[in-house]
Amino acid sequence: MKRTLLTGNGAAAWGARLAAVDYIPAFPITPQTEILETLAYWVDNGDLDTRLVTLESEHSMITAAGSSAATGVRTFTATSSQGLLHGMEMIYTVAGWRVPFVMVNVSRGLAAPLTLESDHNDIMAARDSGCLQLHCATCQEVLDSILMAYRLAEHPEIRLPVIVNLDGFYLSYTREPVAIPDDDASRTFVGEFDSGSIHFKAGAPLSHASAVLGGSTYSYFRYSQHLAAQRGLSVYEEIAEEFARTFGRRHDAVEGYRHEDAEYLFLMIGSFATKGKEAVNSLRDAGWKIGLIRPHMLRPFPVERIYSLARGKKAIAVIDQNISMGKGGVLHTELASALYGKPGAPPILASFIGGLGGRDLPYEELFEIAKTLRDSAAAGATPPPRLLYTETELLEMRKLQAIAGVRIPFEEVHHD
Amino acid sequence: MTETAFQRQKDLPKSHLLSAGTPMCAGCGGLEAIHIAYDVLGENTIFVNAAGCMTLLSVYPFTPFRGSWLYTAMGAAPAGAQGVRDALDILMDKGRIEVADDLDVVVLTGDGSGYGMGISATSGTIDRCLDYLYIVYDNEGYGNTGQQYSAATPHAARTATSRCAYGHKGFKKDLFSILAANGAAYVATAIGSEPLDLAQKIEKAKSISGPRFIITLAPCPTGWDFDPKETMTIGKLAVRTGVWPLKEFTDGKVSHNKTFSKLLPVETYLEQQGRFRHLFEPQKKEAVLRDIQNSINRYWHEVATI
Repeated sequence: MKRTLLTGNGAAAWGARLAAVDYIPAFPITPQTEILETLAYWVDNGDLDTRLVTLESEHSMITAAGSSAATGVRTFTATSSQGLLHGMEMIYTVAGWRVPFVMVNVSRGLAAPLTLESDHNDIMAARDSGCLQLHCATCQEVLDSILMAYRLAEHPEIRLPVIVNLDGFYLSYTREPVAIPDDDASRTFVGEFDSGSIHFKAGAPLSHASAVLGGSTYSYFRYSQHLAAQRGLSVYEEIAEEFARTFGRRHDAVEGYRHEDAEYLFLMIGSFATKGKEAVNSLRDAGWKIGLIRPHMLRPFPVERIYSLARGKKAIAVIDQNISMGKGGVLHTELASALYGKPGAPPILASFIGGLGGRDLPYEELFEIAKTLRDSAAAGATPPPRLLYTETELLEMRKLQAIAGVRIPFEEVHHD
Repeated sequence: MTETAFQRQKDLPKSHLLSAGTPMCAGCGGLEAIHIAYDVLGENTIFVNAAGCMTLLSVYPFTPFRGSWLYTAMGAAPAGAQGVRDALDILMDKGRIEVADDLDVVVLTGDGSGYGMGISATSGTIDRCLDYLYIVYDNEGYGNTGQQYSAATPHAARTATSRCAYGHKGFKKDLFSILAANGAAYVATAIGSEPLDLAQKIEKAKSISGPRFIITLAPCPTGWDFDPKETMTIGKLAVRTGVWPLKEFTDGKVSHNKTFSKLLPVETYLEQQGRFRHLFEPQKKEAVLRDIQNSINRYWHEVATI
């Protein structure tokens, strides 16, 4: 094992390298491209015995990832944002093929308007696809999750693609100290690729992904896929346990931070959760009983794990770095469905949306969210959902709009 | 073509490898071509399919294929072939399968995918010199959805989305030239009604490595509106009138396999199909027919002068 500074993209490339992948269908997109470039450099140098092919689109890239996994090789790929959506038809399709491979998504906001910076609407669009999802908060977790993701994807009871998600810029381009596991230990942990019953070769004819007629046949396969995805939680917990024994690092399906005696909780995913933890530390210093829970696994949704951590709390703030237009935060909805009607479920489930398109989530806002939780719990009423945006931001926005020729309402800037 | 196992019609395989009982329409010109292609290719073949009529060949739990099949999506079949081909090569390189376990990777799509939605993925495989065969069955429209016009629909044909008095205002895309210009190792046109020519082309394509394409015109009784028993006749007329030139592109050159000192008038081909009936009834549209004939004449004039 060696410890070095790696970006999230570098950590992702190391994950693929240590998993001894056979095949990498690729396509560049910001902020993911460094993963592809790093792997291509290793392949060219002979450090990695892997075939890397750049396709002409993510739609083709994900198709090739699925069909290579179906033919019997360990496959890795990576994308982001528009690329993920361009390939979305195939994300659903290859999950239905029940083929195991690992894809990294470097989260970036979706157009329009076009942006390069991070939020989670891209990965949320893949939520219902059948691909399992692991969401990372640190560069170390990116590397470790990829190793665990191969075990999860290839497990005979699961056999589904796994997406490992990391935030663009905040992780992709940020250097953090990362322990790189030994080659041998990693390979022993991940094991040999076994494509199971799905492989194309002469003398073993196989019709795969055929059409079906009728809702019963269709439903049977769809339910099977759902049940396989649900088995992902218990299988993941076994894998994470073995990972902790082997490498000394534990990555629970749901991380709890200073939550045990807490009355209030933040629920966050991804890299902003590390900032959430710092806010918890400050609030604890000021005497607040507050903690944080962070689902590392988002599909399958670890309902029981979240319930056990949330049970008995006075209020939870779900901070969504995504927005379901016309509804609100996706995680807020998911959490409500996981907790509703259960004994001891927190009576207050507040929704906050922030961090869209790379927008920061400053500590002041996290403190304000904590105050809202406390006030709401005291009043016994869930507050309306909040779209986080400051007056300063609005003022800056108005300056841009003035340049763009938008007429600014007099009342807004003129305060008597 | 000097070395061929198919000198005469009687050299063609006597029984078909593809089973009977598929849900294709009676008289399907596409299926006719696939029968011959599969007989020559043999069962160590994986067909990678895109959405189209032939998707219904393999409906769970049945398949007419002795070999393998992978359905992908409408725009994705060449990329599916990329993953399978690369994976087979990796498995052989790493000694995880024997060379004898290898498969011929064959993409099978209609014109909707081949001329349109999948053309970017197709071009990508040529850029990457992928070693595979792509068979297009071109029935000149989105046949599986009821024959709306596609990029392969010929000028003036009536389709479900060009019902006006004139028919389709666009012109058929020259996919053959596009693939050749892109740098394909082999491109050929063929048709099921000329089985010897088709078998020879499949055989030749099988002997070449790199991206190879065979575009088969697929007379379509339901989409073109003719009696299923006329499929062979209409196919032969497509060749005899010069509408569907049988040709090959290899080693940078285009050569025509069947040339005629005198072509039959195109009207003999058009008048047999309901999709062109509006050119003859209620009154004959002489100008349109003349334009169609002229474009055919111009093509063959250029062929003769090259």
